[in-house]
Amino acid sequence: MTDPQDHTPAPERATATGTSPAGGDAGRRAGAPLLEVRDLRVGFGSEDGLVQAVGGISYTVEAGRTLGIVGESGSGKSVSSMTLMGLTRSPSTKIEGEVLFEGRDLLTMSTDELRKVRGNEIAMIFQDPLSSLHPFYRIGDQIIEGVRAHNDVTKKQAKARAVEMLGLVGIPDPGRRVDAYPHEFSGGMRQRVMIAMALANDPKLLIADEPTTALDVTVQKQILELMDRLQRELGTAIVMITHDLGVVAETADDIAVMYAGRIVERASVHDLFSHPRHPYTWGLLRSIPRLDLPRDVELVPVDGRPPSLIGLPDDCSFRERCPYAAGCCRPGMPDLLGADGAPDHQVRCTMPPERRATIWQVLADGGTPQEAATKAGIPQPEEVA
Amino acid sequence: MARYIIRRLLWTVVTLVVITAVAYFLFRVLPSGDPVRARAGKAPTQERLDAIRESLGLDNPWYQQLGDFLWNAAHFDFGRSYISDAELRPLLLDALGATTWLVVGAVIVWLSAAAVVGTISALRRGSLPDRVAMGGALVAISAPVYWLGLVALYLFASDIGQFKVFPGAGSYASADGVLDRAWAMVLPWFVLAAAFSAVYARLLRSSLLESMQEDYIRTARAKGLSERRVIFRHASRSAITPLVTALGVDVGLLIGGNAILTESVFNIPGLGRLSYDAIQRGDVATIQATVLFLAFFVCISALVVDLLYALIDPRVKYE
Repeated sequence: MTDPQDHTPAPERATATGTSPAGGDAGRRAGAPLLEVRDLRVGFGSEDGLVQAVGGISYTVEAGRTLGIVGESGSGKSVSSMTLMGLTRSPSTKIEGEVLFEGRDLLTMSTDELRKVRGNEIAMIFQDPLSSLHPFYRIGDQIIEGVRAHNDVTKKQAKARAVEMLGLVGIPDPGRRVDAYPHEFSGGMRQRVMIAMALANDPKLLIADEPTTALDVTVQKQILELMDRLQRELGTAIVMITHDLGVVAETADDIAVMYAGRIVERASVHDLFSHPRHPYTWGLLRSIPRLDLPRDVELVPVDGRPPSLIGLPDDCSFRERCPYAAGCCRPGMPDLLGADGAPDHQVRCTMPPERRATIWQVLADGGTPQEAATKAGIPQPEEVA
Repeated sequence: MARYIIRRLLWTVVTLVVITAVAYFLFRVLPSGDPVRARAGKAPTQERLDAIRESLGLDNPWYQQLGDFLWNAAHFDFGRSYISDAELRPLLLDALGATTWLVVGAVIVWLSAAAVVGTISALRRGSLPDRVAMGGALVAISAPVYWLGLVALYLFASDIGQFKVFPGAGSYASADGVLDRAWAMVLPWFVLAAAFSAVYARLLRSSLLESMQEDYIRTARAKGLSERRVIFRHASRSAITPLVTALGVDVGLLIGGNAILTESVFNIPGLGRLSYDAIQRGDVATIQATVLFLAFFVCISALVVDLLYALIDPRVKYE
């Protein structure tokens, strides 16, 4: 019997050894990425029909880099990441596509094979650290359990590892706190415990699902700094899932913006914040406060609601809510294509580049979507009516 | 913790005194018959009645009677039966022994059955085994114990049964030695456990389904733990809390005498039988003693349950 894994390409092994402890530059190497998601689709069977939570997304994560996935509730960002870990597998779930982790397809792995990857090569932390830790077990035991699930070590060795990890994430007096229960920690400390638990087996990839959402703003900052420091020290790649653009701005190298189960824009952090190109991204950016604009500039929420994910038409999902749709949209789902002059900046919108530039110019200066649309010569709903 | 236990035990004493007093007044205000007359035989003389009344202490004022009873009960002396004049302490202890045998065996049977059925039902929700088990549970809950007991005897008892497998009614009283007694209890165990198995299986199923939805189960899976460990170490630990609550109440009530139907059908000389007979004969002394026993066991098992909570859930702290 030949193992298909034997064909792991040689260059990849070579680059794996090339992952320097510095980590930072390791991601920029050429060659196969650490994680490659190809046209991932996830649908959940329901009484009303198939809920297409993820409608075909593709992205790559290089070793040691951070990808931020941004979107509102129900955009499919959490579901897609849980699917990587096999946590959405069930008889009523329909999963298609490919998820290549170091060349191995996680979607076709058996549950047992996948279990060896989970918590070992790919780890995950969640939004609410209180409910994500078992209330009845000491945190040390919960970390030890994860270590021993993947390593043939004694309980004592695993406990030493737990203490080491707790110290690394900044828990004071880890030798004593290792025997404490989750309810004896504050929210920020609990998330540190979750991070210690996730990183205990030196995973290559950490999926962080809204890791700071349940925390106070000051604690959020500490946790993000901690993750940043650990990434530099350990070289872990991170997929940061959040609805908070501020979080990804601070931590991510690249950003994918998701809407209704699809990626609508993908770019480096710098490009996305300096030249956002999708109307939904504009909406997100215009709905958060900015320090560089006069204080009387009003925040503009994105009008309307996301579409139902059941029987989604093969059309731009954002058209219903898009203030600039009139006069330039073509029917059918736009492809995610590289923008003019910036092939790495991909956007799922057919708007002509000049018009895009005009609109963003107005919005960036604090103008309303109506002003921007007028400037770009787009008829407004009021005028149409 | 020690302070908490002491405080709870003191409260138990208060509860027992109150319950005994209430029982006492119930049987004095609503007497089921004059115990003195019941004892005196046909057409007694007034002198004879007075003599019996005096010998039972029933000529004393009520508060002295109650006080005497409580004082003696505190020394594990429950007096004598008004009817048979037998000393009650050995009578009660024998009955308690039989009932404990019955209840402990039944608890083991129903917990084992419920653990297996409830877990399988929860993990395979909606499957054929789940639906069959839950349908069967409904039947078991609906079947009255006296009916189920008679059916069991009709089918399996060694004297009247169609398949003469297990010892029939009354065999416990004549059984010698531990093995014989256990063998005699097989039918009563299963009959008493039937409805409880069903209730506990349903309870465990719903509680397990709920705990499988918890975020920490997702964490456990994300750690790469085996599904077996996720279920038996992480989900079950939280799922058993409601079962412990129910078990505390049920065991207390059953040991205190609520197994009366099973004891009657199988002719087991337990506490249920003892109190049933005492009520029929208007044996106030025995009634009082059994009421006190029931209240005592309910209080104690409630305390044990509360202590178990602290053992299961580290967030529970008693000061």
